[in-house]
Amino acid sequence: MALKIVVLAKQVPDTRNVGKDAMTAEGTVNRAALPAIFNPEDLNALEQALRLKEQHPGSTVGLLTMGPPRAGEIIRQGLYRGADTGWLLTDRLFAGADTLATSYALATAIEKIGDVDIVIGGRQAIDGDTAQVGPQVAQKLGLNQVTYAEEILKIENGKATIRRMIDGGVEVVEAPLPVVITVNGSAAPCRPQNAKLVMKYKWATCPLERTDENSAYAHLYAERPYLTLNQWSVADVDGDPNQCGLSGSPTKVKAVKNIVFQAKESKTLTSSDGDIEGMIQELLNEKIIG
Amino acid sequence: MNNVFVYIEIENTLVQEVSQELLTKGRKLANELGVELHAVVIGTGIKGQVEEQILPYGVDKLFVFDAPELFPYTSAPHTDIIVNLFKEEQPQICLMGATVIGRDLGPRVSSSLTSGLTADCTELEIGSYEDKKEGKTYENLLYQIRPAFGGNIVATIVNPDHRPQMATVRSGVMQKAVYEGDCKKEVVYPEVSKYVSPEAFVVKVLEHRVEAAKHNLKGAPIVVAGGYGVGSKEGFDQLFELAKVLHGEVGGSRAAVDAGWIDHDRQIGQTGVTVHPKVYIACGISGQIQHIAGMQDSGIIISINNDPDAPINKIADYVIVGTVEETVPKLIKYYKQNSK
Repeated sequence: MALKIVVLAKQVPDTRNVGKDAMTAEGTVNRAALPAIFNPEDLNALEQALRLKEQHPGSTVGLLTMGPPRAGEIIRQGLYRGADTGWLLTDRLFAGADTLATSYALATAIEKIGDVDIVIGGRQAIDGDTAQVGPQVAQKLGLNQVTYAEEILKIENGKATIRRMIDGGVEVVEAPLPVVITVNGSAAPCRPQNAKLVMKYKWATCPLERTDENSAYAHLYAERPYLTLNQWSVADVDGDPNQCGLSGSPTKVKAVKNIVFQAKESKTLTSSDGDIEGMIQELLNEKIIG
Repeated sequence: MNNVFVYIEIENTLVQEVSQELLTKGRKLANELGVELHAVVIGTGIKGQVEEQILPYGVDKLFVFDAPELFPYTSAPHTDIIVNLFKEEQPQICLMGATVIGRDLGPRVSSSLTSGLTADCTELEIGSYEDKKEGKTYENLLYQIRPAFGGNIVATIVNPDHRPQMATVRSGVMQKAVYEGDCKKEVVYPEVSKYVSPEAFVVKVLEHRVEAAKHNLKGAPIVVAGGYGVGSKEGFDQLFELAKVLHGEVGGSRAAVDAGWIDHDRQIGQTGVTVHPKVYIACGISGQIQHIAGMQDSGIIISINNDPDAPINKIADYVIVGTVEETVPKLIKYYKQNSK
C-alpha cells in the first residue's frame, strides 16, 4: 500500500561537542558558536521513512519542522536525501514553546496535511533530551505510538511491525496505522545526500528565507514550483494562539544557572612513573583501593 | 486530592529499583507538603506479589490495577488508567522513572491532562515562584531541576498553574530507603474495566525479551570511565583491563558513546547511568555538566587528562596531567606491583 509519511525533524544547536568558547564570559550559552544541525535521531527517522517509500511504491515522504526561517535548511537536507516535500512552521507566536505547545503546533499541522499514515521522528532532540514531543503529538492526534523504535520490520494489512529498544532488552510490537513512531539513535544511520537531488533542490527556499541573493533566481522560482517550500503560520494551520508558544506552555523556567563546581583541593601529578606509583601506594595505604 | 503520586514500574512481578528510589523521594516531598504519598502499579497477575515491594517505602495508599494484557506495558491502556485515576484523585505531583516506559507514558499522560512534564530531573525540591509579569506568587511548587542545553546549564522548571506537576528521574539519581516513620499502607484494587476501554488494547507485543544486566555499573565500587580523550575503541580495551584488575566497571561519557567506542548502556551522566563509586577514574573526560551530574557524588575522583584546565579537574582529588594512553598502563603496572 502507498503510504503518506510525515517526518518530524528539528534544527538544533550542536550541543554534543561543546568547547570552552561555547560559553560567553558572562556564563551564558553562546549560541552563535554552536553550528545548527539536523537533529541526529531525526536523521535515523528519515532513513526509516525513505526505506518505507522504497518498499511501498507510490508512497510520499514529507518533512515537518518548526523553527525560525533558517530552519528551512532542514527541509532541504531531507529533499537532498530523497524526501518529496516539506513544511516549515514559522511564526513568532510559536516561539518559546515547551514540549506541549510544540506538539500542539505539530499536531495541528499534521491534521492540516491530512490522511497521514505514519508520523515518524527521532526519539529526542539533543538540545532538550526530553523525548516528549513524539508521544504528545500522538496523544493530540488520538493515535497509537511506538517509541524507541530501531527498525520498522514490515507494514502489512494496515499494521506496522516494529522492533523497539526497551530497558535491558528488545520488543517486537504490532501497531495499526495510522501510528506515531519515534526512532532511537541505534537505528540504521541515514543515507548520504544524493548529488542530483542537491542540484535539483539547492535553491529551494521558504519565502521568508529569501534574501537579495535569491532575487537573482526569481525566474527559477516562477518556473519550478518545487523550489518554493511550504511555509505555514499559526493562522495557516488554524491554530489557537493561546495553545502555541510561550502562552501554550505549562512549564516555566524559574532560573537558569551555570554550575560552579565545588572546587576540591586536588593534587596535580604528572604521568611519570614516580608520580603514578606514589598515588597508587597512597590509595592502597589508605585502603581506598584494595 | 493534592497528594504526591509515584508510578511504579514492574518487570513481570518485580518492582523496579527506580520506582523505590522515587517513593523515598516522594515521601520526603509529601512530608514537606503535609500530604500523603500514593503509588499506582499496573500489571498482570501482580495482586499479592508486588505490595510488599512497594509499601515499606512510606506509601499511604497503593492502587493496584491487575488484569490480563496490562503486562508487557503498552502506551494506551496504561495512559488511560493513569489519566482516569488522576481525574479522580487530582494529585499535585506525579513522579515516574526516566526509563523507556516512563518516557513513553509520562508525555502521553501530561498531554492528556495538559500538565507540564520535566524529563530527567537530577534534583526535586519544594519552593516558591514569583511570576513578575502576572504579579503573582506561588507557594509550594515543585522545583524540577535538570541540566539543559546539552548539559551546559542547569535549569529550574516550575509548573505554576497546571496539575499534576510531573517529573521523570533516572535510575540511581535518588537513593532508596525503607521509611522509618508512620504511614497508612492502605491497598486498593480498583475495577480495571472502569478505567480503560477494550479499544485501548490495539498495540500487540509480539515479543518481549529482557536480559539480565551485562554489568553492574550502577553499584560498582570502582568505575573507570572514558571520554573523547580515549581516542578509539581500542583505547577502551585498556580501560577494561584496568577495571578488571581493580575489580571495577567501565563507563563512558556521552561523547565516547556517540563515537561508538562503548555501549550506550554504559553511558554515565544525566541521560545515562548515575554512579556513586568509592573511586572514579575519569580518563580523557572534559567534564560537561551533564556528565558531572552522573558522577559527582563519587568518593575519590581521579582525572587523567592532558588538558590541565579540563573542567572535571576542579572536582577531582587527583589530577594526572598526561595522556590516557601512557597513564593507564602505568596504573595497571603499579597497582599489580604494590597491591599484594
